[in-house]
Amino acid sequence: MDGGVVTTPGAKPIAAGEAACYAHRDSDGALALHAFVEGIHCGGCVAKIERVLAAHPAVLSARVNLSTRRLVLKWRGAEAIADVLLALIAAIGFKAVPFDPLRLAQADRAAQSDLLRALAVAGFAAANVMLLSLAIWAGRAEGMDPATRAMLHWFSGLIALPALIYSIRPFVHSAWRALRARTLNMDVPIVVGIALTAGMSLFETINAGDHAYFDSAISLVFFLLLGRYLDLRARGQARGAAERLLALTARAVTVLAKDGTSMMVAAGQVEPGAVVLVAPGERIGVDGVVAFGKSEIDSSIITGESVPASVQPGDAVFAGAVNLGAALRVTTLAAGESTLLAEIVRLMEAAEQRKSRYIALADRVSRLYAPVVHLLALLTFGGWWLAGASWDSAMVNAIAVLIVTCPCALGLAVPAVQVIATGQLMRRGILLKSDTALERLATVDTVVFDKTGTLTLGRPALVAPERHDPAALQLAAGMAGNSTHPLARALCRAAPRARLLDAVRETPGAGLSLDTPEGEIRLGSRTWCGVASDVPDAGMELWLKRPGHAPRRFTFADDLRPDATDVVATLKRQGYAVKVISGDRRPAVAAIAAMLGVEDWQAETGPVGKSAILAQLAAAGRKVLMVGDGLNDAPALAAAHVSLSPSTAADISQTAADAIFQGAELGAVTELLATANKARRLVRQNIGAAIAYNLVAVPIAVLGLLTPFLAAIAMSSSSLGVVGNALRLARGRSP
Amino acid sequence: MTVIAYLIPIAIVLGAIGLGAFFWALKSGQFDDPDGSAERILFDDD
Repeated sequence: MDGGVVTTPGAKPIAAGEAACYAHRDSDGALALHAFVEGIHCGGCVAKIERVLAAHPAVLSARVNLSTRRLVLKWRGAEAIADVLLALIAAIGFKAVPFDPLRLAQADRAAQSDLLRALAVAGFAAANVMLLSLAIWAGRAEGMDPATRAMLHWFSGLIALPALIYSIRPFVHSAWRALRARTLNMDVPIVVGIALTAGMSLFETINAGDHAYFDSAISLVFFLLLGRYLDLRARGQARGAAERLLALTARAVTVLAKDGTSMMVAAGQVEPGAVVLVAPGERIGVDGVVAFGKSEIDSSIITGESVPASVQPGDAVFAGAVNLGAALRVTTLAAGESTLLAEIVRLMEAAEQRKSRYIALADRVSRLYAPVVHLLALLTFGGWWLAGASWDSAMVNAIAVLIVTCPCALGLAVPAVQVIATGQLMRRGILLKSDTALERLATVDTVVFDKTGTLTLGRPALVAPERHDPAALQLAAGMAGNSTHPLARALCRAAPRARLLDAVRETPGAGLSLDTPEGEIRLGSRTWCGVASDVPDAGMELWLKRPGHAPRRFTFADDLRPDATDVVATLKRQGYAVKVISGDRRPAVAAIAAMLGVEDWQAETGPVGKSAILAQLAAAGRKVLMVGDGLNDAPALAAAHVSLSPSTAADISQTAADAIFQGAELGAVTELLATANKARRLVRQNIGAAIAYNLVAVPIAVLGLLTPFLAAIAMSSSSLGVVGNALRLARGRSP
Repeated sequence: MTVIAYLIPIAIVLGAIGLGAFFWALKSGQFDDPDGSAERILFDDD
């Protein structure tokens, strides 16, 4: 957090809301606020939001970025206007979550625009140098004057050299990082090859020689940059989704002072012992003990438990849980970095670091490739030298070897397939975040599912609505419309045409009541409706008690995703081991596992337990794909060989996961695995093709027969071949 | 043939102007929101 923006305790008047904490004052005195806006689908949404905001007299400008789903709002006046403005957006159905732009990782965005700039320069230079090269090649057939050729070489060099120096920087940075870590990556031979090519071409140009390879060098850089830029961009969208995590951790909470006044304080700065007020529907910002109030909380993102738990004074609550019922006062035990939430984040980061040690196939190939190529060049030089060639012609042949082997095809072999696979998956609603995810997916042999929100839809639904008496259902739904409790909402979904009833009172942690001339109608828990305790508990249930009627029960279940059974059956048929691990109660997990035909399941497992199980599996040599959504899954997602989250997952899980899928269908799992396997096949074919190309081209270069024309033909045809092969991925559906 | 000694630099300068225009567009944020820019032309207001 940057100083001066966040309120220090005691500095804030009562009136200021949460959003005001995120307002910044710029140099000219205007206030600015950055927010993620959820629910934007198209340009129409953007227009609606901007129009509503611009209508407010204080607003200077409001601009929504459709690509990143972010809003930048500028206005004059009080900071508290921020909350008024966000309420305006909420009124038209969009939820805006303010964030601190300084906390966002800007590095990726900077890298992306840096690559784009380098790409533009390389493209400009490559096009111009190619035109000049065409003239040189044509002139060779027509008998061009050597002075004209030298001039054309000079022009090529004048364009290509500055452009090369500018646009090779991304490769130099990466090669330098690898060398400092005492390893080799693909960028090392690229940089060495291009530097030598440019150097030799300059030497030839100065000496009015026959051959200059500026065109090969600059177009190689252009193609490689293009592959990298597309690769980075394809994953940018998925990462953008994950950045919303910050909205979860950096949050303001309402602290009650001893004298009864309240103020907004950033969650990390709450002192232990302070009393925090948690309004209904609000996320609890600290770990603590309930001091006052009775309510129900939804801690599903921490425990994975789908039934809301009721809390009363003395019960422990954790940051991240949502208060569903009445206002609570919580005595803070831990805040900020010491909460359970922060602990989970740390677990996840530690696991993530272990995973980043995975070495991409392309880098493994280049570790073999780079020494072989450089040795070959050295042998060529030595061979010609011993055979009696002059120093510089031996050098020319050695460098020709480096040019022709310069890993154009090899450098594109992997990114070309990656870009096409990523784009194809994105069209089906699967976003890949990690650049090595596809490779790791292709090695998976075990699939581990979380239950709540992953195998199931993560929201309760009324069991068999058609079997209920329509009048009772309409009445119950009409009352339930007044509550935000998940079961009440499920009841409303089951009877969408029910008329909302007025004068319904809510008793937190118990239920709803409505006074009618015939007597009181109650909807809520079994004790609220006076049901005998010997009736077996159905887990998620609501009771309706009408005067003169026996209490009627509505039971709810968290429905399986529509295709979950098929997906599990397909995975088993394809030879994957399938396992279910959940934080939920044993009977709930057992029922789901039986329905899916999964024998291997574990229940009542916390975040630490889950990542321990995954560590065991990894130690046994299993390559695990973890599919999970809850905050409790985040460490396990990071610890797994590769991981997948639904887009409805807790933000933190989306951060931990390698891929995110949208929509209600679990078929994304099989589709992802199929695409990964197909991509692996194509990458291997591409690397094979690149090696075959080298087997043909290297002898030509070693024998000193390579001309710039041949080099350009060989290199571009091998690159096109590799890209063309990668395009086969897009043809037809996965097998 | 000496004419190409003028024509080539002219061609390069023209290309460089295009490159400069691209850099200006990039710097002024015109590539920040490619999806949004495609939609904004359809907005009625302003």
